[in-house]
Amino acid sequence: MTSATGAPSGSGWGLADASVSYGDRAALSGVTLRAVPGEVHAVVGGDGAGKTTALRCLAGAVAPTKGRVDAPSLERIGFMPTAAGVWADLSVDQNIEFVAAAHKISGTVLGQRREALLEGAGLTHATTRLAKQLSGGMRQKLAFSLAMLHRPELLILDEPSTGVDPVSRIDLWRMISGAAADGAAVVMATTYLDEAERASRVLALDNGETLIEGTPAQVLERVPGHVTVVDTPTERALAWRRGRSWRQWSPTPPPAGTAPVADLEDAMVAAGMAKETAHV
Amino acid sequence: MKAMILKEFRELRRDKRTMAMLIALPIVLLTIFGYAANFNVDEIPTAVVGDNAAPIEQQLPDMFPVESDVDADATAQELIRDNVVDVAIDTSTQPAAVYIDGSSLFAAQSAQAAFAQFPDGAVSVEILYNPDLTTAWVMVPALIGLILTFIGTIITSIGLVKERQSGTIEQLAVMPLKASDVILGKIVPYFILACVDMVVVTVVGVWLFDVPFNGNVALFALGAAIFLFVVLGLGVLISTASQTQAQAIQMAIMMLLPQILLSGFIFPLDAMPTVIAWIGHLLPLTYFVEISQGIMLRGAGFDSLMVNFGVLTLMAVVIFGAAVARFRRDLAPSAHKRATKDGAK
Repeated sequence: MTSATGAPSGSGWGLADASVSYGDRAALSGVTLRAVPGEVHAVVGGDGAGKTTALRCLAGAVAPTKGRVDAPSLERIGFMPTAAGVWADLSVDQNIEFVAAAHKISGTVLGQRREALLEGAGLTHATTRLAKQLSGGMRQKLAFSLAMLHRPELLILDEPSTGVDPVSRIDLWRMISGAAADGAAVVMATTYLDEAERASRVLALDNGETLIEGTPAQVLERVPGHVTVVDTPTERALAWRRGRSWRQWSPTPPPAGTAPVADLEDAMVAAGMAKETAHV
Repeated sequence: MKAMILKEFRELRRDKRTMAMLIALPIVLLTIFGYAANFNVDEIPTAVVGDNAAPIEQQLPDMFPVESDVDADATAQELIRDNVVDVAIDTSTQPAAVYIDGSSLFAAQSAQAAFAQFPDGAVSVEILYNPDLTTAWVMVPALIGLILTFIGTIITSIGLVKERQSGTIEQLAVMPLKASDVILGKIVPYFILACVDMVVVTVVGVWLFDVPFNGNVALFALGAAIFLFVVLGLGVLISTASQTQAQAIQMAIMMLLPQILLSGFIFPLDAMPTVIAWIGHLLPLTYFVEISQGIMLRGAGFDSLMVNFGVLTLMAVVIFGAAVARFRRDLAPSAHKRATKDGAK
């Protein structure tokens, strides 16, 4: 069942026990997500985990087969799809003009908004350049500007920084934080766990199911078992390499005084192993 | 190299459309087009009018089957103009006057050759609408249709698939635009461009090849507009079934090829076996060729082209309707449901 309340229900926008199937294949199974105004909610997971499906479901691009979607009307949603979502044969200015027309923004309001966004995106010098002539990072920043043009209440970003150089990633993060600070509820899929650590909440998906959810600190605490740093792993199947050392996951509770896992990357790997071990 | 060949075969095996084009299509094309590829018209529909009809009918060779249920009040020239028959004989004159429809090029050539065998002075032969049996006069009106088919089907499908391929169709789906605005906004530019092309091609064709334009321009424009809806609908349908521009081109060519060969503008429909001719009658270009040749060469009016207009209109409604429905479905049903539900807020 879908829902469109038009106003934040309770603590924001989101999915409640949402499932999506493509034919016989379940792409999303009973996922719950709440995006709160002023906060960034990161959706992480490996390839095929269901991140894009969850975001498309929230944006209304795909209907859930089960569960509930709480989202504002399209006028109040900003969406940046995986493939950037800019019109390659239009210039930067023409892209903005088109999206502004769809949102019925014109005149001084448009002028001010365009100036602010292009300046933030570092695109003021490239307004006449075709989108296809922009670098990957510039294109992503233009796509972000288009999604933000109408000051959406819910901003949905599908891997905005994938394939973007480190400097542009910093620019994008600045823009995303700015959008949240302006009051938007931001839901962002990412494969970069260092980015997810900066989010207010993290939803980790695996094979369409929720693996773990919470604030970054809660996610670290909720990882079943414990992770230790070792020079030589005792059980290779439950170990992975980080730099020059190894991490070893054990399903047993950590011994007293042992520090919890260090970061989200370890947490995600450990949670995945815990799920696999439980299924065996 | 062995690994490369193996890889290529494995990829081809999974590309079902290309496999169909490689294996099934040649067989289908050879069979259908083999039967269709025939310039020799064995039977030419004929009408005999006037007081002395019966003896003349008896003298006619077998290739001139006489149509019995023609309008008794119509003159021989009117029967040709209205495309009722390709040969009409007026027996009220001495000798009998044979009128041949020059806009049916191959039938006219066969008829002209057959009447040349008659004894001198037995009949007087006049070829109407294309007295010198100039190929360009018959081809140009049909080529206008073919060019419109090319633009409407291939260019439109490529333009629409481009949106899907670049991922912006997803963006459009979640923008506060009505589905009808998106669909019309995508199609109207192609419709306008195709209209401009239609005018340019017609004017250039008439000017360059001296093709006469004997009929009503507005009626021709109406027929072309209806035909454009059909071909644009085909283009949109192809785009909804294609993920890439290459796939769209592949499908468009598969739709274009039968229209070129089976619509009657290269090989006459009268010369095709009935089954193949029926395939031709399922193709929109067949009806537009009738309309354009009829209006431009014969100066035919709406009454005699009513069936062609009717079939094209039906095709436009069905194909364009199906195309819009499929395009609308692609534009994220849940998003638009939501937009209409609380879009007014």
